[in-house]
Amino acid sequence: MPCAPTAPSSTPISGSPMIELLRGVLVAPFADMAGNLTFLTEVLFGGVAAGLMYSLVALGFVLIFKASGVFNFAQGVMVLFSALTLVGLMEKGVPVPLALGLTFLTMVALAFAIERIVLRPLVNQPQIILFMATIGLNFFLEGFGEMAWGANVKKLDIGIPDTSFIVRGVQVNRLELTAALTAAVLVGILAVFFQRTKIGRALRAVADDHEAALSIGIPLKTIWVVVWSVAGLVALVAGIMWGAKSGVQFSLSLIALKSLPVLILGGFTSVPGAIAGGLIIGVGEKLGEVYWGPLVGGAIENWFAYVLALAFLLVRPQGLFGERIIERV
Amino acid sequence: MPGAAQEEISAPGTVAGARPEPLLRVEGISVHFGAVQALSDVSLDIHRGEIVAIIGPNGAGKTTLLNVISGFYHPQRGRIIFDGKDRTDLKPFEVAELGVARTFQNVALFKGMTVLDNIMTGRLLKMRGHFLLDAIYWGPARRQELAHRAAVERVIDFLEIQAIRKTPAGRLPYGLQKRVELARALAAEPQLLLLDEPMAGMNVEEKEDMCRFVLDVHDEFGTTIALIEHDMSVVMDISDRVAVLDYGRKIAEGAPDAVRADRAVIDAYLGLAHD
Amino acid sequence: MIYRETGQFKSSYASDQAIFPIVQDRVLVLLGIAAAFVVPPLLANEYWLQAVLIPLLIYALAAIGLNLLTGYAGQVSLGTGGFMAVGAYSAFKFATSFPQLDIILVFLLSGLMAAAVGLVFGVPSLRIKGFYLAVATLAAQFFLVWLFNKVPWFVNYAASGTITAPPRSLLGVMVTGPEASAGARYVVALGLVAVFALVAKNLVRGRVGRSWMAIRDRDIAAEIIGVRPLRTKLLAFGISSFYCGVAGAEFVFLYLGSAETLAFDINLSFLVLFMVIIGGLGSVLGSFLGAGFIVLVPIFLTNVPHLIGLSLPVALQKQMELMVFGALIIFFLIVEPNGLARLWQITKEKLRLWPFPH
Repeated sequence: MPCAPTAPSSTPISGSPMIELLRGVLVAPFADMAGNLTFLTEVLFGGVAAGLMYSLVALGFVLIFKASGVFNFAQGVMVLFSALTLVGLMEKGVPVPLALGLTFLTMVALAFAIERIVLRPLVNQPQIILFMATIGLNFFLEGFGEMAWGANVKKLDIGIPDTSFIVRGVQVNRLELTAALTAAVLVGILAVFFQRTKIGRALRAVADDHEAALSIGIPLKTIWVVVWSVAGLVALVAGIMWGAKSGVQFSLSLIALKSLPVLILGGFTSVPGAIAGGLIIGVGEKLGEVYWGPLVGGAIENWFAYVLALAFLLVRPQGLFGERIIERV
Repeated sequence: MPGAAQEEISAPGTVAGARPEPLLRVEGISVHFGAVQALSDVSLDIHRGEIVAIIGPNGAGKTTLLNVISGFYHPQRGRIIFDGKDRTDLKPFEVAELGVARTFQNVALFKGMTVLDNIMTGRLLKMRGHFLLDAIYWGPARRQELAHRAAVERVIDFLEIQAIRKTPAGRLPYGLQKRVELARALAAEPQLLLLDEPMAGMNVEEKEDMCRFVLDVHDEFGTTIALIEHDMSVVMDISDRVAVLDYGRKIAEGAPDAVRADRAVIDAYLGLAHD
Repeated sequence: MIYRETGQFKSSYASDQAIFPIVQDRVLVLLGIAAAFVVPPLLANEYWLQAVLIPLLIYALAAIGLNLLTGYAGQVSLGTGGFMAVGAYSAFKFATSFPQLDIILVFLLSGLMAAAVGLVFGVPSLRIKGFYLAVATLAAQFFLVWLFNKVPWFVNYAASGTITAPPRSLLGVMVTGPEASAGARYVVALGLVAVFALVAKNLVRGRVGRSWMAIRDRDIAAEIIGVRPLRTKLLAFGISSFYCGVAGAEFVFLYLGSAETLAFDINLSFLVLFMVIIGGLGSVLGSFLGAGFIVLVPIFLTNVPHLIGLSLPVALQKQMELMVFGALIIFFLIVEPNGLARLWQITKEKLRLWPFPH
C-alpha cells in the first residue's frame, strides 16, 4: 500500500483559523490530488478495488433481499464462514479444487438449514422480525465458525501473490486486480441471470409478494434454497478475495456492516446499484482517508461510509437505483 | 360535544344562492403519479351538516380524493378550501388539527394497542401537555388522561363496543375493527368526517348497524360526513347528495335519485366507453 | 386460587389506568422492590453483586431506553453503544471538571448530553425508515466511538486513553471509585433504575406512549389522525438517548471503574438490542427480563459445566455464548416474538385460572 502524504502541503498564510480550516477542507486536498496524479491514480484504483469487494458482499444482500424480501444481516458472517471452511479444509491437506467444491456444498447445506429452521417458521412475519432473526443467525454462525475452525487469523493462499506491478508509472496490485475482475464477472453473470432467465423472474416475483408467488405455483422453498446458495457462493468468492488480502479472521464479518452504506446508496434490490454503490463508497472512503484524513487525525474509514450514506439518504431516501416508493393508505 | 356550530343544514331544494359558505370546497384538483392520472379537474362542495356520498367504479380515484383532502397527497393543480381558507399545502397532521377525521379503506388500526388505546389516540390532538409532566403522571397529566378517558368512554357507549375495550385491536373480527376505527375518528370530535368504505366486507346486519351509527353521528353531533361507498342501497338511504367519479373525473353530482338515473353513471358502472 | 382477582372491581377510570390494577400484583411488586433495596446489600456476596446484580440493573436501564425507541416508537437503532459512550465520557468530564458536583447530578447531566446527541442523530428519522434508519444510527455509533478515541480532551489527555471514575460519595457513603463497596454501588444503581423505570411506565401508558405506538404500528395513518411525526420521533430519540447516556455513565462509574472506547463498540449495541428482543419489544418489564437473561447466560455457561464435571476453555465458552444467543434470538422470534415478557403474561393468566383449565 503506497504511503499516504504526511500533511496538507499548503503553506500557512496569515489569516483567521476559519479561513485555514476552509482552505484545509476545500482547497488543499484537491491541490494535493492534482499535484501527484500517479499517486491519485493509485489511490483511485485502491478505492475501486475495495469498492468492488464491498459490492461483492452487497450483492449477496441484494440477491437475498430481491428474492425473499429478507434483509440478511448474516451475509457478512457467511463470508467469514465460507472462508473459514475453505481455509480449514485446505489446512487439513485437502487439495484446493476439492476444498472449493466441499465449501460450496457446505454453503448449500447451510442454505437448506437456514430455510428450514429460520425462514419457514417466520414466513409471514414483518420484515423487522426477519431482520432480527438474521442478526441472531449472524451471531450463531460466528460462534459456530470459530468453534469449528479456531479463532486465529488464517492465511489464505489462492496462488495469486499480493505483489504489485507497474503500469505506466502506476502501481497495480495483482490481488486487487484479480478481485476486481472476478467481482465484475460475477456481477455480470448475476445481472443477466436476473433479467433474462425464467428463474430470475420467479425470484423477482417472490421478492414482491411471497403469498402471491405461492398462489401462482412458484415453489417458494426451492427458490429460497437456490437464492441462499447463490448468496453463499457470492459470499465464498468474497471471502476468498478478502481473506487472501487480509487474512481470514473474525473482523471479516464486520464487512457486512460496511456493505450497508453500499446498499443504501445503491438501493436494496438493484444489482447494478450494488456495484455503483460499492464503487462510490470504496473510492469515497479511500479519497477521504488519504486526502482529508490527516486533517482530523486519520481513521476516517471507520465512519466515513456511514456518514456518506446518511447524507445521501437525506436527499434521496430510496438510494441511487431504488424505486421511489409511493405510499398508499 | 363537538365544536361545529350548527349552521343551517342544507336540505334538498334550498335555493342555491341562499347557502352559506361550504365547509369544504374542492376546486379543480388534478393528481398524477408518474404517468398515471389519478384525478383530473375534480371539483366538489361539501356543506356543513351534509352527508355526501362519493361513488364510482374501482380505480376511479375516490380514495385518492380523500387522501388529497387529508393532506396526504398534494395535488399538482387545484385547491382545497376548508372553512373558507386555502388548505391545499397543509401536512396531514395540520389538516387533522383543523377538525378533519378519517377512516381508511384497509382498516388502519394500531394493531399493537387495545381498542381503548386506539380510540384514545383519536384524542391525541386534544391532549396538550409536556412530556415532563407525563413522566411524573400524578398531577396535571393524570387529570387530563382521565378527562379524555371519560370522553372516549362516551364514544364507546355510543358505538356499543364496551365489551371489547381491552382486546388488542389485531384480534378483532373485521366488522368490529371497522367500528373501532369509526370510534377513533369520532373521538376527535371532528367537523368533517371522511369515511372510506365504512361498510366494506360486512354482512347485512353489520351494515345496518353501521348505517344507524353514521346517521346517529350526523343527527346528534351535526357532523359533516363524506363517505365513499359501493353499496347503492346504503348510498340511497343515507346521503343527501352524491358525487360520481370515473377514471379520475367527476361525471355526475346531485340528489341520489337523479344520479342513479343518470346515463353517464350507468355507462360508467357497466363499463361502456365514454369520453 | 392464589392469584384470583374476584371481588376486585374497578369503579373509577383512575384505578383502571393504574400500572398494577390487580392488588396482588401491586403488593408483590412493592414488596419486591423493598426487598431488593434491603436484602442483596446485606446478604449477597461481592461476586453476585459485582458480576450479576449491578450490571443487570445498568443494562436494564439501557434496555429500557432502547425499548422506548425501538419497541414502542418502532425506530430501529444500532447506536446504543455510541449514546452510552456519550453518557460515560460526559460524566467523566463533568465529574473531573466540577469536583463539587453531586454524583447523581453528574449522571443526570450526562444523560442530557446524550439526549442532545440523540436528538441530532434522530433528525434523519423523519425521512428515513426501517433498515435505512438502522444504518443511519450505525453512523452515530461509529462516529461517536471514533470521536472519543481521537480527541484526547475527552480523556483529559491521559496517555492510556482510558477514563477512570473519580471517587465520589453520596450521603456520606463512597459510591464510586476504588473505595466504594459493591453494596453501595448496587443501591445507587437500583435507585436510579427504579425511578427511571417508573418514569418510562408513566410515559408509555399515557399520551406519549400512544403517539409512539401509533407511529410504530402505522405511521401514515398516525399522521393523518394528527400525530406529529417529527416531534414524536425526536422525543423518542431524545428520551431513549437520555436513558442510554445515564446507563453509560453508570457503566463506568458504578460497574467497570474505568473503561476505553472498546467497551462501547458495536457489540454493546447488539447486546442491548438482544436484551430488548429476548425480553420483549414494547415492554418495560421485558427490558429487565432481557437484561437478566443476557447477564445470566454467560454465568450459567461458566458455572454449569463445572457442576457437571466438564471443563470448557474460555474461548469455547465465548463461542458457545455467541451460539446460544444467536439460537435463542431465532427461537424467541419464532416461538414468541413478544419475548419473555409475553411468556410471563401468559404464565400470569394461567395462574389466575389455576387450578381450572379455562
